Parts: sequence; structure tokens; C-alpha cells
Amino acid sequence: MTKADIVEAVYREIGVAKKEAAIIVDTVFEAIRAKLEGGESVKISRFGNFNIRNKVPRRGRNPKTGEEIEITARKVLTFKPSQILRERVRDGEPIDAS
Amino acid sequence: MTKSALISLIAQQLKLSRKDAETAVNTVFDSIGHSLEVGNRVELRGFGSFGLKERRSREGRNPKTGERVMVDAKRVLFFKAGKALRERVDH
Repeated sequence: MTKADIVEAVYREIGVAKKEAAIIVDTVFEAIRAKLEGGESVKISRFGNFNIRNKVPRRGRNPKTGEEIEITARKVLTFKPSQILRERVRDGEPIDAS
Repeated sequence: MTKSALISLIAQQLKLSRKDAETAVNTVFDSIGHSLEVGNRVELRGFGSFGLKERRSREGRNPKTGERVMVDAKRVLFFKAGKALRERVDH
């Protein structure tokens, strides 16, 4: 599934023009991105939470050369699905390879 | 930001009724959830992808009692942020 399918679903549900539905979907994802960029978490009830984790710097190794390097502090995005979504997925239909 | 705050923001930015904004936001996440439920991954350009992984059944232990238990096979969901979003978050 891609964004086009989500746009189609929004178009069917609220009866706006397709172009308008595409703008709505883009605006939803851009709003989420903007909050995450600002370090804020985004909690979608029944779906899951997008969180920003602050990773502390640590020592690592270049696996190719064996050289020791510092892995700098960074922020990473994680997603924790809600219990409802986890259960829906767990008990769902087999994975479609396509 | 909660879903309710997201709905308000969408309503305000796009001059939609709160009801339409609510339906739209719910439809976005319901359709992603439905796709995953029926076994299809979801790929969103510029955002990331929601994928599925099969976990085989395995023998585990009850950490409290040490007793052996079978853990059933299951399907789990994972999210991988797209490159652009990863870079926006880590600035």
C-alpha cells in the first residue's frame, strides 16, 4: 500500500475532490514530521506512538577496518505500535510478499 | 502531540470542519492498520515504511518460575523511518 491508496480512502470517506484529499494526507504527514523534528513525540490513540530517542555517544568500530571510532550523540525516531494494532497484526492474514 | 491535537491542527490549517478533519485523520491510520492486518506492508514516500515480520514459534521460559513454555508463532510490525525523516529528526 502507498500514499495513493490512503488518498483514495480519504476521498471516499469525506467526499472531497481527489486533489483536496491528497493535500489533506500530505498535511497530516507533514504535521507529524514537523512535531518530530521539534523533538516532540506524536501519539495516535489506537495506532501507536512515534517517539524521539536521544542516543548518547559511544565507542564503536568500523567493521571493515577494525578502526575504533566515536559514534556521535544522535536523535532517532522509533515507533511503538499500540496494543490494539499489535494484536490486529498478530492475528491477521499471512504476509503478502508483494 | 496527540491525535486530537493533530485533528485540530489539520482542521485549522486546511479550513475543514472538525468532523471532516477527524474523519480524514482516522481514515489515514485505519487504512494503514487495515493494510497491515491483511498482510500488506505500507510504504510512504518521505515518511517511512511499516513492514511485517514473521516470528516462528519457540520454546521460552517463564522468567519468574523458570518453567518451559511454548511461545506461539506470531507476526510483528516494525516501522522504518525514511532517510529524509531520519535526517530531519537528527539535526
